[in-house]
Order: sequence, then structure tokens, then C-alpha cells
Amino acid sequence: MVEVLAMTGRRLRQLRRSPGRLLGVTLSPLVSLVVLGYLFRDTISVGGGNYQEYLFAGAAIQVGLAGVGPTAIAVATDLRTGAFDRYRSLPISRVAVPLGHTAGDFLLSLLALGIVVVVGTLLGWHSHTGLVPTLQGFAVVVVFSYVMLWVGVLFGSIMGNLESISSVTQFLVVVLPFFSNAFLPVSSLPALVRPIAEWNPISAVMTLCRDLWGNGAAPVSGSPYLVAGATLLILLAASLAVGVRRFATAG
Amino acid sequence: MTQAIEVTGLRKRYRDSEALCGVDLAVPAGTVLGLLGPNGAGKTTTVRVLATLLRPDAGTAKVAGFDVVRSPREVRARIGLAGQYAAVDELLTGAENLVLLGRLLHLGGRGARRRAAELLEQFGLTGAANRPVRTYSGGMRRRLDIASCLVVTPEVLFLDEPTTGLDPASRIELWATVRELVRGGVTLLLTTQYLEEADQLADRVAVIAGGRVIADGTPDELKRKVGGERLEVAVEPRDVPVALAALARFAAEPPVAGEGGRISLKLAGTLDGIASAAAALRSAGVDVTDFALRRPSLDDVFLDLIGRRASG
Repeated sequence: MVEVLAMTGRRLRQLRRSPGRLLGVTLSPLVSLVVLGYLFRDTISVGGGNYQEYLFAGAAIQVGLAGVGPTAIAVATDLRTGAFDRYRSLPISRVAVPLGHTAGDFLLSLLALGIVVVVGTLLGWHSHTGLVPTLQGFAVVVVFSYVMLWVGVLFGSIMGNLESISSVTQFLVVVLPFFSNAFLPVSSLPALVRPIAEWNPISAVMTLCRDLWGNGAAPVSGSPYLVAGATLLILLAASLAVGVRRFATAG
Repeated sequence: MTQAIEVTGLRKRYRDSEALCGVDLAVPAGTVLGLLGPNGAGKTTTVRVLATLLRPDAGTAKVAGFDVVRSPREVRARIGLAGQYAAVDELLTGAENLVLLGRLLHLGGRGARRRAAELLEQFGLTGAANRPVRTYSGGMRRRLDIASCLVVTPEVLFLDEPTTGLDPASRIELWATVRELVRGGVTLLLTTQYLEEADQLADRVAVIAGGRVIADGTPDELKRKVGGERLEVAVEPRDVPVALAALARFAAEPPVAGEGGRISLKLAGTLDGIASAAAALRSAGVDVTDFALRRPSLDDVFLDLIGRRASG
């Protein structure tokens, strides 16, 4: 535990020294909220709901997706510079290092999420349900964000090249949401994209949030809970397994 | 004397090549072993196995009395590793880097800060303690990297090419640091491509090439292996035949004449030989412009060994 805290402290210091990271994590979601919300609020109808409100879940999920990149790059950098080798030659727990990385970045994601919530609220987002479901919705986003950090550990530990990491993770943040229901309801997407968006696990996560916040247009059955939960669980398990294993045995 | 490092028959295969094919090493406690070899010889692989970062395919390795495969944690508690790239955190300051390691090693906040301050002092980094490491010079980075290995005093220290990429002044400074550590009683395994470095720092040298130790001994023993001392004499070019005749008596092999009146010969005896050779030249009336005894450098040893391997 001391070890995890020490690693977390390291990561937080790193993040404080590079304020661009916070910008990187918050930029895309804010752009989506402001630009899409402002430009298209009158043109896009989401089946009765308010588009600005609809968009909010998409932006919240983008915060999570945006967290993949910084973690992946930090992990890959540590692998490349030999910092991981140094830690691995110490008599410390082998999980402490990736755990510290994700814990530090998790605080960053929370901060970014806070900013998005403030901006979203200013732009007119609010929950139509009670306190408990609203918090549950945020819990979903928070869990999603944390799982994404482990996906970052996974990317960072299997892809050595920093450039390819940053382009893949950019793709995750900017393009992936368009192939989901982040910005548009699935039913209004072109037929080609629709099946992808329907099956896109992040769609399930957003549907779940919208349902919990009462921002959803279409009523949902139990399936998003299942899909979102299962996806997150599988992702977390896979990333944990590969990330920790990679750290423990890296040649 | 107890062995701080004991390696027998170490093998490691990577996908397409055999990095180590049966390495044996023994380093008595408190001594310095220089592991010398060209790029790709297996130096780093050996160090990584010994530092528990890599599992060997075969063979055994004991460090500070513990098997690296069976009790890696015990080994880790007793070693320090400075890899080929200074593994310090660029974004943190020098002090933060050391405090982080102290905390990781359970010295507690105050203990970690105290130890960091001591190390910064010892390595002449106090002035730069609160600057981010990315502003450090290569030499400072290296010193911080080595300081990082000493947060908890290790029994065995591995330095993998510690001076690669350093300018000559930083290199000499780092050598002084290393000598200081060795005086403190640590056992050191040092890999290097520089023969001079091994000569300067190591008690014993193991030459490694193609994943095998091809020679080992003290630097002097290795030099002797290549051949004894050679006498190099420069005379007026016209005197060469006379000088050759005069020197032939003292040479172990027929002397060789080079360009510009240079003559090189392997002496049969040692000190007596030198004196008599000088006397013989004078009585033959030869004008001697230079007269020097040259001992082979480790470079000669190295090139000789590698050459022999290639032709054998």
C-alpha cells in the first residue's frame, strides 16, 4: 500500500509538471459539448429529448476514453526508459507500479469529469431523476473511466512506439464516439454504421447513463446494464491480466 | 572468500538467437568484475538475469547467496541496478526521484527525505536537487541514476555500461565515484565496451563474446596471455641492420623492423634484457632516437581474443 501511494504520488507530480495533460483529457469532451451542442441543438432531434442533454453522456464517456492515451504513453515511456526495470529490480510489489499509474491518472480523470459536469450544467444539462439514480449514472462513468485507464496500461505495455500509441488513442477519443450513440441516436445513423454503433459497447454504457439520468429518448430494457457491465468487466480483467503480467515478466 | 555472484552454465534464447550459451562467472564479495565485450555479446542479458529481470532458460545464478529464479525477492532486496539508460524520471526533480525510491523501499517520508539529502550531497547534486531531471547533463543524470541504486545500501551493484555516452571528464568523475563505492565494500559487476574502463576499475575481467566467456583473469593476466612486454626501439634507418643484429640475442622471436627505423621485439628476459639490449645497441654504435618498453593494453587482448575466435 505504501508502495502504491508512492507511485501515485509520482504520477501526480508528473501530471502537475505537464498541465497539458489535463487539457488533453478535457478538450475533446468540451469541444463536443460546446460545438456539437451549440451548432446542432436545433437541427438534431433525439426523439423528444433535448439534444444538449443527450450529448452530455457522450461527453462524459469521452473523458473516460481520453484517459487511455496519457496512461498508455506514461507506461510505454517507463518501459522504454528503463524506469520499470529499476522498479522491478526493487523488492516491491509488482502490481504497485501499474496500480500507482492508474490511481494518479484516475484523479486526473475525475477532475476532468468535474469540469465537464460544470460546463455541461452551464449549457443546460440536468438530471431528470432523483439523487440516487443520478449518482448511479456518475458511478457508471467513473467505473468506465477507471477501466479505460487499465486499457491504457494494456496499450502502453504492448505497443512500444509512442507515436502509434498517440494516434490509436486519438482515434479512440475522436472517432470511436461517432460510431456509437454518443452524438446521435443509433436510429438516425446511416445503415452502414448502425450495426457497429448498436454493438459498440460504449453505446451500452451511454444508454445506461442516459437512462439513469432521464436524458434518454428511447426507453431501455435491461440489456444495457448487462452489456455495459459485461464489457467493462471483460476489459478490466483482460487489461489487468496482460498489464500486470507484462510488468511482472517483461523481458 | 565467499562468492557474491556465482553463475554456472547460464543460457538464454531469444526468438531467433542464442543470447547466452553457457556463461560461467564467479565474483568474490567485495571485488569488482568487469564484464567486457562488444555490442550484442550478452553483457546486458547476463546483467538482466542476475538482476531478476529475466528468467534464464538453463543454468543457475546466485546473487548474494540467493538463487535468482527461486528467491528473486531476496535477491532484489540486496542488489542495485543501473541499466544502460539512466532510468530516472525526467519530470521529477533529483530529490523527488530519490525520495520516491526511499518511500517505495519503506524508509518512510522523513527517512526517505533524509537519505535523499545524503545521497545528493555524496554525489555532488545538492545544488541541482530541486531542478527537474530533464535539465541535468548526461553526467549528472548518471550520477543520480547510481545514487538511485544506493537508497538502501546494496550488497551487490550492477552497472550496465555506466559511462556510455559520457564525455571524458564526466567519465573520469564517474570512475572516482565507483572507486569510492567499492572502497565502501560493495561487490560490483560492471559491463563495459571500454577496455580502459575495465582496466581502471576491475579486479578481474571476463571477456564475453557471442554469449560465452572467452577469457577471464586479472587485467594483468589477460595482458600477459596475449604476449609479454615488447621493446620498441627507433633508430636511424641506415642503422637498422646493425641494430637488428645487436638485438637478436635478447629477443624471444626474431625482431621485426617497421617503417622509419622502428624495431619491435619480444624480450626473452625482462629487466636484465632491457639493460643488456641498451648496452648492446650502444656498443654497436647505433644512434637510438627512442627506446621504450610497451606493455600490451587490454585493447590488444581484446582484439587478439576476438580475432582468434573469428579465425578459429
